[in-house]
Amino acid sequence: MAKAMLIDTSTCIGCKGCQVACKEWWNLAPTKTTQVGTYENPLDLNADNYTRIRFNEYEAGGKVRWLFLKWGCLQCANAACVDVCPTAALKKNAVGFVSLERDLCNGCGYCSQACPFNIPRMETINELTGEAKATKCTFCQDRVTNDLTPACVKTCPAAALGFNDRDKVLATAKARVEDLKKLGYTDARVYGETELGGLGRVYVLTAPASAYGLPEKPEYPALTNLWQNIVQPFGYVATGLVAAGLALNWFATRRAQLGDVETIKPEK
Amino acid sequence: MTNHITDFANSDVIWIMGGNPAENHPCAFKWVNKAMEKGAKLIVVDPRVTRSAAGATLYAPIRSGTNIAFMGGMISYLIENKLYQEEYVREYTNAAFLVNPKFEFNDGLFSGYNATTKSYDKSTWTYQLDDKGIPKRDATMSDPQCVLQLMKKHYARYTLDTVSKITGTPKDLLEQVYKMYSETGKPDKAGAIVYAMGQTQHSVGTQNIESLALVQLLLGNVGVAGGQVAAMRGLHNVQGSTDMAALYHNLPGYLATPTVRDQSVADYLKRVVPATSDPKSLNWWKNYPKYIVSQLKAWFGDAAKADNDFGFNWLPKMAAGKDYSHIPLFEAMNAGDIKGFIVIGQNPAVGGPNASMERDALGKLDWMVVSELWETETAAFWKRPGVKPADIKTEVFLLPAASWVEREGSVTNTGRWVQWRNKAIDPVGESKPDLWIANQIMNRVRALYKKDGGAFADPIANLDWNYGDGLPNAHTVAKEINGRATADIKDANGVLQIAAGKQVPAFASLRDDGLTTCGAWIYCGYYTDAGNMSARRDSSDPTGLYLYSGWAWNWPVNRRILYNRASVSPKGEPWDPKRAPLKWNAANATWSGDVVDGGGAPDAIYPFIMNNEGVARLFAPGLAEGPFPEHYEAWESPAQNLLSKQQNNPIAKIYESDRNKRSDATKYPIVGTTYRLSEHMQSGAMSRNLPWLVETQPAPFVEMSEQLAAEKGIKNGDRVIVENTRGKVEMVAVVTKRFKPFNINGKMVHQVGLLWHWGYEGASTGDSANDLTPHVGDANTTIPEYKAWLCDVRKV
Repeated sequence: MAKAMLIDTSTCIGCKGCQVACKEWWNLAPTKTTQVGTYENPLDLNADNYTRIRFNEYEAGGKVRWLFLKWGCLQCANAACVDVCPTAALKKNAVGFVSLERDLCNGCGYCSQACPFNIPRMETINELTGEAKATKCTFCQDRVTNDLTPACVKTCPAAALGFNDRDKVLATAKARVEDLKKLGYTDARVYGETELGGLGRVYVLTAPASAYGLPEKPEYPALTNLWQNIVQPFGYVATGLVAAGLALNWFATRRAQLGDVETIKPEK
Repeated sequence: MTNHITDFANSDVIWIMGGNPAENHPCAFKWVNKAMEKGAKLIVVDPRVTRSAAGATLYAPIRSGTNIAFMGGMISYLIENKLYQEEYVREYTNAAFLVNPKFEFNDGLFSGYNATTKSYDKSTWTYQLDDKGIPKRDATMSDPQCVLQLMKKHYARYTLDTVSKITGTPKDLLEQVYKMYSETGKPDKAGAIVYAMGQTQHSVGTQNIESLALVQLLLGNVGVAGGQVAAMRGLHNVQGSTDMAALYHNLPGYLATPTVRDQSVADYLKRVVPATSDPKSLNWWKNYPKYIVSQLKAWFGDAAKADNDFGFNWLPKMAAGKDYSHIPLFEAMNAGDIKGFIVIGQNPAVGGPNASMERDALGKLDWMVVSELWETETAAFWKRPGVKPADIKTEVFLLPAASWVEREGSVTNTGRWVQWRNKAIDPVGESKPDLWIANQIMNRVRALYKKDGGAFADPIANLDWNYGDGLPNAHTVAKEINGRATADIKDANGVLQIAAGKQVPAFASLRDDGLTTCGAWIYCGYYTDAGNMSARRDSSDPTGLYLYSGWAWNWPVNRRILYNRASVSPKGEPWDPKRAPLKWNAANATWSGDVVDGGGAPDAIYPFIMNNEGVARLFAPGLAEGPFPEHYEAWESPAQNLLSKQQNNPIAKIYESDRNKRSDATKYPIVGTTYRLSEHMQSGAMSRNLPWLVETQPAPFVEMSEQLAAEKGIKNGDRVIVENTRGKVEMVAVVTKRFKPFNINGKMVHQVGLLWHWGYEGASTGDSANDLTPHVGDANTTIPEYKAWLCDVRKV
């Protein structure tokens, strides 16, 4: 049975305990950050930060609300990153997450470019050769495949995070949404049930997805099918090279566009 | 706290005001969430939308320093609309008591005010007594001289309009808050008011808390499951350190510190033990003699004998009426009156009010010892930016303290749970546990006295302190705090109760004749012959009320809800049968559920056993500023007091000097306040040395509204200067919709909020917000007015 992570934004207090627990479990180096006018930090995901809280101020109906969104790999069922990975370093795991085997990663970066949520980050592991490896949240693949919960879920002091069989998580999320609607949160909804075949992260939102900086309808990148089914099997033959060039160009453009999806930056 | 943070899950409405538990007590917020998942409502009243307010059912803004006005309006609303829980108020508070007809209140001053000494003669703040000496009551609570009617009159001035003009809270929101919370006045509803430093750190701090207590008592929200005035302590062991006399006016267990006028135990008891003539008042403090004598026996051992008053005169004594709290301590230091200073786990160079003045005061010392995990700003004050070390004469010793994972012992959390912690790792490097450090200091001081003699050596020579030269055993110390029998203790029939050397099972067995020892009476029962109760880890919850009575040990006597007798009517029926922490079983005349406060049948005694009246005080003559909380503006305020001619608390402790000048609203029109982040701890002495935490919040900032930023030409992320008469600090501006300007009596008033975690040491450095806060304290405790002062802001 696939599992899923429940992220209830109505009970999340934005304390960043999940950020620090993740770094502790994965022994990730602290990065240099700057205060630029926000509670957020680090300001983006990176090779040393697989998860982070995004803070959004949202004004509606004369009320100011502060929305917290735990961000990181959403573990799509239809995972474009898995489909484009030429070395099978990324794989869909039966437990419901996208696993990452760093030893297999050749640092091509296609996963990063194909991701509809702009999640995987490339970590340069050799400055001289420029060799890089993909990094991202895997639900703590070592923990969840050994009957433990992800480190962030384990630490969450507000009990806003959960980890369970996906159908149970969905049932909990839906029941919570019904309760929230009764409490007057008319925009309350589940995010992740059907998106991209179903996400491993199931959010309970209390405002429109856009208020959190989430795409209302995340899309599987169309050219990814072409890449996986046509280009890769034929290798880098002439026609393939052209297609590959086109695809790469498309990925690069898309990557630039996706910069906006990541977060509402304090200053533009 | 009378209850525990777990008890939030029992509440129907939780009202957070003057606190931000999502930010500062994230683990406690789980229980708020649990309540809300069951349908509870959350009200947050705060100058800005906080992390706690993010999920609130109702948020209302308030200008810092106007809490009593807000609560006074609530009190008036409850009384005028008869929304209080009548039977509870009549039976369990002094609402029906008749007050001395000479008691008065006129234009901001209570009767007995002396303008020259700035103090009150409290002789009219008394009850009318009958011929037996028992306060007279009017059970109908309609006599104009009864407490309820006096309260009604006092707070009638706190109308919605007036309160709104003072607080800046829009009238409709004010009324919504009052309405929503007053629902908890129904007998089968319960509400918790949650607060922290946003209520206490004002020149009316104690009266702020009193105003919360009045609301809770009127609504019957004390002593019941889901109802409490919840003081959220800022650290895991603040409660424990207060229990163990971290504050100067107490000995452990909240016994009064003797003054020079107390020349014997008898003198002392005469001064401190309250009396009652009412047979239904248990007046628990009548047991005072047992507690002080057992404490003296714990400290002075065999040297404490009846014929030397158990060593009472070996105790340090205060000059009567003298204030030894933080602000006067630093004033005295600055005046050169204090030569030596030992600082353990505190960082006044960042955390003290008027911190730049306090840093200078450290330079007037001959010596200072700092015991810390890292070199804090206090430890490094002599080499701080802008000073020449050669100019500082203070000799500074930095002792390497072990952290909490490197030592064992108990900590007592905000809900009074005493919890044992095991040592996880050995101390790193040469760091040493506090117990080891205290033992070394004591042993060496005693050796010096032995060798060289000295003035008044008796207390040192006679102290029962025998832990050897190494690390004292934490279990030995814990057992001493609990106490033991010094000889066989037998009952009236000669039957052995406690054998010599055995642990005392509970404080009911303590004695005033020297047969028992006990370091802190409220901890008696914590470490008995049955074992270390604080190490218990049974998480079952048979009552279903989140009491977890088998988890750790709750002082006193493992009682999970204080004053729990107030959860049942005088007939013994729970106000709310679905949520009853106590049940009286008439058939076999026993109580079940929690450990009952006091004993006997329900109507045998009144429930508030720590007050000599036996009931809770709506009229509280013990407080310095008056028996009812009255609104006064903060020492520095942008507004005139609309309720009386008394602009400020008439008896606040104000230390005006060249270093502590009042900032005037014409030059400094913006209200300033300080607060904290989840990501950092207090003065940052620990968290700013942890790179993972520094990464999450790398620098100090000041929050302000978009309107103020526009007025000042400040953009989000700009560096700005915040300044007043005491200093200036540079920080990053966080411009936010979560702060809005206030409409104060028709005038737009801005407020800013500064994060105070930073200083010049550690992995993340920055200016200290406390360079701007004043040396002004409330009249009961001298707690500094950190939370409401004036400043101006400009772009760098």
